[in-house]
Amino acid sequence: MKSDLQKIHTQNLDLFYGDTQALKDVSISLEEKKVTAFIGPSGCGKSTFLKTLNRMNDLVDNVKISGKVFLDNLNIYEKYDIVELRKRVGMVFQKPNPFPMSIYDNIAYGPRVHGIKSKSILNEIVEKSLKNAALWDEVKDRLKQNALGLSGGQQQRLCIARVLAVEPEVVLMDEPTSALDPLSTLKIEDLINELKKNYTIIIVTHNMQQAGRISDKTAFFLLGEIVEYGSTDKIFSVPEDKRTEDYITGRFG
Amino acid sequence: MSTRIKDRLLYIIICAISFITLGILVWIMAYIITKGLPYISWEFLTTDYRGDREGILPSIVTTLYLIIISLSISTPIGIGTAIYLVEYSKPGKTIDVIRFAIVTLAGIPSIIYGLFGYMFFVIALNYGNSFLAGGMTISIMVLPTIIRTTEEALKAVPKSFREGSLALGATKLTTIIKIVLPSAIPGILAAIILSIGRIVGETAVLIFTLGTATGFPTSIMDSARTLSVHLYMLAKEGLSFEQAFATATVLLIITAFINFISSKIALNIKRFAMGSKN
Repeated sequence: MKSDLQKIHTQNLDLFYGDTQALKDVSISLEEKKVTAFIGPSGCGKSTFLKTLNRMNDLVDNVKISGKVFLDNLNIYEKYDIVELRKRVGMVFQKPNPFPMSIYDNIAYGPRVHGIKSKSILNEIVEKSLKNAALWDEVKDRLKQNALGLSGGQQQRLCIARVLAVEPEVVLMDEPTSALDPLSTLKIEDLINELKKNYTIIIVTHNMQQAGRISDKTAFFLLGEIVEYGSTDKIFSVPEDKRTEDYITGRFG
Repeated sequence: MSTRIKDRLLYIIICAISFITLGILVWIMAYIITKGLPYISWEFLTTDYRGDREGILPSIVTTLYLIIISLSISTPIGIGTAIYLVEYSKPGKTIDVIRFAIVTLAGIPSIIYGLFGYMFFVIALNYGNSFLAGGMTISIMVLPTIIRTTEEALKAVPKSFREGSLALGATKLTTIIKIVLPSAIPGILAAIILSIGRIVGETAVLIFTLGTATGFPTSIMDSARTLSVHLYMLAKEGLSFEQAFATATVLLIITAFINFISSKIALNIKRFAMGSKN
């Protein structure tokens, strides 16, 4: 399964919440500067798996993880600085979660936390990140205003900009458009297409059309296992597994 | 009865109840102020209580000192405890014991704190009747209020803020200092205002620990009397009800003023902690 293009790969990853097994023997290789989509019915483990990639599951009580997750061939569950990991692997959440502070401070938060104090550098980062998240033109005149005053779609692009500001290599997105209207969703999808030139993007989505539109590869999760993983075109046209086909054609889920 | 009439009736009852509550409050305040205000003079506010002078300046100063001393002990400990309980502790026996202790402390009558403060700080540690003994005892007394109110404020900060910060690579401590605490400031302020209210209103504890000396306090080892204690002494000894009401009026005004100032300060802290100086 190894290839030169792989950015992240996992080996035999199991995850338990207490006694419930949420992930079963997940081994997958995710490619650099591609968009990989995780699809599957609710509770199939796709979000849980996403969160193992930047160790956000560490925050949950009673989680036991075994197996290996490699980022550029280094196991992130073994002697790995978690601050460094989350700097390299950013995350966008299901609901936009801007901090209750100004637009500028939201973007500058990450760089400041990582020790950048110079105002001119921060200004540059804020402008660049907002431009990369296609939000600059809408907010450039009101950077000092509270970010909570933005619309839902703008807030989510702000959250993407906030992640870009710490210059990650991988961006994880957990159903980033599920709380947004169709127009905002479209803008985020365009943005993802743009971002994949520079970033490895892994996105969990409930929306199969979305997976079809934006991803290069798709993994189908069911009951904590990966049933099928391959190029999006193939998964959506000639799936190998009967269960994948049933899910994609809307027979369950 | 039709639903519409029932609805209307309920509305009237609820309105009446809230007006009664408000009415009682206004009545008490009006009663005290009308009785007290005529006796407030410049001299009353700026002299001490000695010989033929009947001023309350030492008591005003003492009240403010005591607030500052007690809060500078209890606020850091209380907020620290609340942060530990909400952000760090894992459910278990130890936490159950701590919570039980806090609830118990909150329910203890203040006279018991007074007795404890007297036996421990005044006698055993030999602090005498002093700001040190009074401040320590009052700090313990207001601690449960600060802890519980701050806890509620911290719990009310959305989990998504914490996740957002941690996912950007911020450490837990940075997240608490830069995101959680500033968001919780209005709640923490409520805790402090409640505490100030209890400190300003307390008498039983202070008679035992801070004492009732009438002079100007000059050191932390001095005994002194707060406005409430002064008020209590005036009324109990039947010395002067006019002065008692005048003192009560000053107490009301000071409390209102402190609440006003605290909310202004808290707003600025929040801006400072969250905002940039760009």
